[in-house]
Amino acid sequence: MLTYTIRRIFQTIPVLIGVTILVFSLMHLIPGDPAQIIAGEQANQEQVEQMRERLGLNEPLPVQYWNFVSGAVQGDLGNSIRSGRAVSSEIGARFWVTVELALYSTILSIFIGLIAGIISATKRGTVTDSLIMIVALFGLSMPNFWLGLMLIQYFSLGFGWFPVSGWGSPQQLVLPVITLGTAGAAIIARMTRSSMLEVIHADYIRTARAKGVKERYVIYKHALRNALIPVVTVVGLQFGALLGGAVLTETVFAINGLGRFVVDAIRMRDFPIVQGSVLVLALMFVVVNFLVDISYRFLNKRIELD
Amino acid sequence: MAETVTSPNKEVKPPNPQIENLKIVWKKLKKNKIAMAGGFLILFFILASWIGPLLTTMDPSQPNIPDRLQGPSAEYWFGTDHQGRDIFTRIVHGMSITLYIGFVSVALGCVAGVFLGLISGYYGGRTDTVIMRIMDVLLAFPGILLALAIVSVLGGSLNNVIIAVGIFSIPVFARIVRGSALAVRKLEYIDAVRALGASDTRIIFKHVLPNIMSPIIVQATLRIATAVLTASGLSFLGLGAQPPTPEWGAMLSAGRNYMWEHPHIALFPGLAIVAVVLAFNLFGDGLRDALDPKMK
Repeated sequence: MLTYTIRRIFQTIPVLIGVTILVFSLMHLIPGDPAQIIAGEQANQEQVEQMRERLGLNEPLPVQYWNFVSGAVQGDLGNSIRSGRAVSSEIGARFWVTVELALYSTILSIFIGLIAGIISATKRGTVTDSLIMIVALFGLSMPNFWLGLMLIQYFSLGFGWFPVSGWGSPQQLVLPVITLGTAGAAIIARMTRSSMLEVIHADYIRTARAKGVKERYVIYKHALRNALIPVVTVVGLQFGALLGGAVLTETVFAINGLGRFVVDAIRMRDFPIVQGSVLVLALMFVVVNFLVDISYRFLNKRIELD
Repeated sequence: MAETVTSPNKEVKPPNPQIENLKIVWKKLKKNKIAMAGGFLILFFILASWIGPLLTTMDPSQPNIPDRLQGPSAEYWFGTDHQGRDIFTRIVHGMSITLYIGFVSVALGCVAGVFLGLISGYYGGRTDTVIMRIMDVLLAFPGILLALAIVSVLGGSLNNVIIAVGIFSIPVFARIVRGSALAVRKLEYIDAVRALGASDTRIIFKHVLPNIMSPIIVQATLRIATAVLTASGLSFLGLGAQPPTPEWGAMLSAGRNYMWEHPHIALFPGLAIVAVVLAFNLFGDGLRDALDPKMK
């Protein structure tokens, strides 16, 4: 287990380096002169040169990359072009909102996805099964921003049950979490169903039944436990996808999180903010995947030991 | 991957094995009613995108202010938008844009991803490590974020969205193809072909690639669904197709300020996206079952 963890850490390092190189390159891939962009369009030649000097943009690229990474490690991601404030503090103010949103949505999608998947698998071939799978397919096929708009339309404006926008109070959480969690719930339901069906036909389940173990016990104790293992991987990927999906959900509900922040920054061409936010979101995804891999391994080990 | 194991003996049979395979797949697919429904829907959408614009009588982008924000009626089936344009006409004209984005971006991602995956899986070693680490880096950007980062550099336009969504699909194909290529490479008949003096290029394209077409086709179909969703999201954010293009995500974005009092503005373009994505998901699911039940 320990050797696996260490090996996995070493595998993650090149990915982290790659991510930082890619994010660093963003600035240099934009057509035009980064110093000019940051100094603003109306800046004169002298101001642009000053900006170039200040940002170290006349250094060789490897040196600039090194400065970027060592800055990032110390929490210095540069300053916003528009507000002039430190990118790291701007991100810090919004980071937890996005994490909260993604976390609640993940929990919702696991909860609904597992229940729906188990019901579907145990009632295979019935109307209930077909119904759940059709709903899941719709859940997968809906653009989440559109689902958000529809929920606002009917549940905020129509019935007046929930506020139209914002984040913080329990009522404000409901619609964004449903919006972001639906696709995940659909994916987890489908995954759980097929995984359960595979396990239900395994020999040890037949043995358990033959021994006279109660059906309920067979399903929850034996089948589900093993069926869950592949689901864990999906959950990790889901959390990551939700971090990305938060961009749209936050825009629809005017939530002041990292996702909406990135979009606004792209519109205003505030590249230090884009770089910083993209970097933070990607790093978080890498860390989550790492943890999921480890726990997956751990779960597998437990099964072997049993 | 197990699905490739059945192929070697078929490969030596004189009747064209590809066609025999296709017949089997078609038989299985025909039995899957839901998949067939998806397939027919796709065909219908392709036809509609082609013939539809010829049948509509209204102009998709010319404003007609006196008739703005009208609800659905006999004249305006899906109502009109904030500039008085017929939403039904705009959706029909937008169909070809949506399909174009889906097919072209996935084709780009598929060709690049398959190529990288084949090289990675076939040569292995250091080439494999380097390519797959680069793919890992691309996969490290969750969901729409990679496409968003690419668009932030390239600027927002329809073509840039296609490029961004294409790049976003590369690692998915590369990974699947690599896995399959690795499995095929180890088969005895590849050794036999090599012993006969076939070059690497010939082995890869003539023997490995045909054997791993099933997962590629399935993935491409499902990926079109994702591509359409991602592209419509980018357009909704104002980073994709620009008005007055009748792209559905852009329509939702432009109508946002009016949709609360006139729900039909948001309802129909959204339903159009759902219909197209659903069709590709249905067909992709069915193809997967028909081509290989073991594949997930």
